[in-house]
Amino acid sequence: MFKKILIANRGEIAVRVIRACREMGIRTVAVYSDADRAALHVRKADEAYPIGPAPAAESYLRMDKILEVARRAGAEAIHPGYGFLSENSRFARACADAGVKFIGPTPGAMELMGSKTRARQEMEKAGVPFVSGTSRGLESADEAEQVAERIGYPVMLKAAAGGGGKGMRLVHAKADLRPALEAAQSEAQRSFGDAEVYIEKAIVNPRHIEMQVLADEHGNTLWLGERECSIQRRHQKVLEEAPSAIVDPEMRRRMGEVAVRVARAAQYTNAGTVEFLVDQQKNFYFLEMNTRLQVEHPVTELITGLDLVHLQIRIADGEKMPFAQEDVTIRGHAIECRIYAEDPDNNYFPSPGKITLLLAPSGPGIRRDSGMYEGWTVPLEYDPLLAKLIGYGTDRRQATMRLQRALYEYFVAGIKTNISLFQRILQDPDFQAAKLDTGYLDRLLAGERRSTEDGGRGAEIAAIAAGLFAVLQPAPGVAGNGNATGGAGGANSNWKQKGRSEALR
Amino acid sequence: MIYDVTVEGKPHRLELEKSEEGWTCRLDGGEIRVDAVVTRPDVLSLLVDGQSYEIKREQTAADLHLWVGSARFGVELRDPRSLRSRRDGTGDEKGPKKLTAPMPGKVVRVLVAEKSEVETGQGILVVEAMKMQNEIKSPKKGVVQRILAVPGANVNAGDVLAIVE
Repeated sequence: MFKKILIANRGEIAVRVIRACREMGIRTVAVYSDADRAALHVRKADEAYPIGPAPAAESYLRMDKILEVARRAGAEAIHPGYGFLSENSRFARACADAGVKFIGPTPGAMELMGSKTRARQEMEKAGVPFVSGTSRGLESADEAEQVAERIGYPVMLKAAAGGGGKGMRLVHAKADLRPALEAAQSEAQRSFGDAEVYIEKAIVNPRHIEMQVLADEHGNTLWLGERECSIQRRHQKVLEEAPSAIVDPEMRRRMGEVAVRVARAAQYTNAGTVEFLVDQQKNFYFLEMNTRLQVEHPVTELITGLDLVHLQIRIADGEKMPFAQEDVTIRGHAIECRIYAEDPDNNYFPSPGKITLLLAPSGPGIRRDSGMYEGWTVPLEYDPLLAKLIGYGTDRRQATMRLQRALYEYFVAGIKTNISLFQRILQDPDFQAAKLDTGYLDRLLAGERRSTEDGGRGAEIAAIAAGLFAVLQPAPGVAGNGNATGGAGGANSNWKQKGRSEALR
Repeated sequence: MIYDVTVEGKPHRLELEKSEEGWTCRLDGGEIRVDAVVTRPDVLSLLVDGQSYEIKREQTAADLHLWVGSARFGVELRDPRSLRSRRDGTGDEKGPKKLTAPMPGKVVRVLVAEKSEVETGQGILVVEAMKMQNEIKSPKKGVVQRILAVPGANVNAGDVLAIVE
């Protein structure tokens, strides 16, 4: 087994991998940018080395610097997490050249799946069902118009190198096609350094369901069950669950077998995810394969009892798959909430800043994978994902109620988070009835927001608490200004006064 | 101790008096007995007639919010003995409106030219933060008087990006 692994990532996923390594008796090496010296992954690792300035292009995407750290620290393998270099085949190749094991698929499989257009061509050969459209990048806006005319609106424009909704546009009518194509191409160029964009028939109100696969380096490929990922905003997943309420064992087996066929066609190794669009008749279409560990992998772990990161490491170390397909059983239900640093009251704008107070939930059926801590300043350079809160229960209802309970315990101050959004989703009758599709969240957010409960007593309690706080714990910044006699509240109101006059300027 | 407390815009008069077994609070004349413990900084445990409340305090430069359970209340607290200042009608729709950056980030694109006419909700420029691009929209119908943002520049929350008249 490896003795030391470098984690080429940051945030909650770096912490997740470090934890797995510690559980397996493997030493860990973290890398960090100038903005991340105080980040949690640096604190949790056995060793940590700086790799450059805050912008990811100058640090977390610098293969040369990361490999130099691996060499210097004597790391035998690199776990890339998700995002950053995780789906970069050149990095996987550079690792191999440097004699360091890349924990993930081979560069060849990544290249094939990394190009959505090439993947489509290969999967066509393997007889995998997918949505009609082009299997090549669009040459011109004229071609886009012709193809769109042929397959019919609405159509979806997608970056060939894409992921995470970047470089993706839904187009309903011809008039919108050209500007959407330009926007998608420019976004694709900016995000991936590759402006190739292709076109697909858009399925109306599809579900987004994906299948976890796992393959060792000895030809064994298994499926580990699906995840329902239909709750999205701006094509970013927000809440995922496993199993999907609409997938029965027979459909699961069929999807699993197609996913295994996809993985085999790409000679895939290690953990991967095959994404499907599912229409209202429960037909499923191949969308793409993600050649990495997914953000939402914990829901699969909870319902299968497997640890995917342990398995990734063991497979990368050359071990044979320790179980067979028929040993994979699904038990219970798991739901994951992605806690983002964004403001639900202000159009979900990102909200970096200092976390002044953090109360974390725990208790039965609750798992929290977090990269934040109280006192930490969330940098603005990176993805706004702070933590994942996962609820597990005997069934979907219990998992839902446990999550609601845990969200009630969860409190983050200083920055804005989307915690309240999940309360809204989990209490929504359509969610509880599992009436989901990729348009679900936009509809929910467009609707009336239910007023907060508390039976009207909340305002009264808040008023009393405001006075008691002023007496018992004066707000920071007012202590010691010599105005304590005659009520600390006097000092507090001076402070408020100052804040108010500044706000008025 | 006497405070003027405003909760979500609604004014209250609060009197607090320490007693043997906690606090006697007179809120707008009504008397409520409360047991209060600060369990950790910014977290207050209140017992009111056996009902337990956990209140969290979030203090930023401009605002004070108190959370009762998962409900958030905007709160202002004044000692009535100190001078009052009052915010009055700044929300008028006439006159120039400033577009400010809602968060720190980087200006990616400016979507309109100075002097062009814009509708309410029309995108004026795009700011990127945490890998997300966000359109900053016009708060009113009018003419873009000035664009102060420069593509590529870093901005802080509250920086004025453009002015619509």
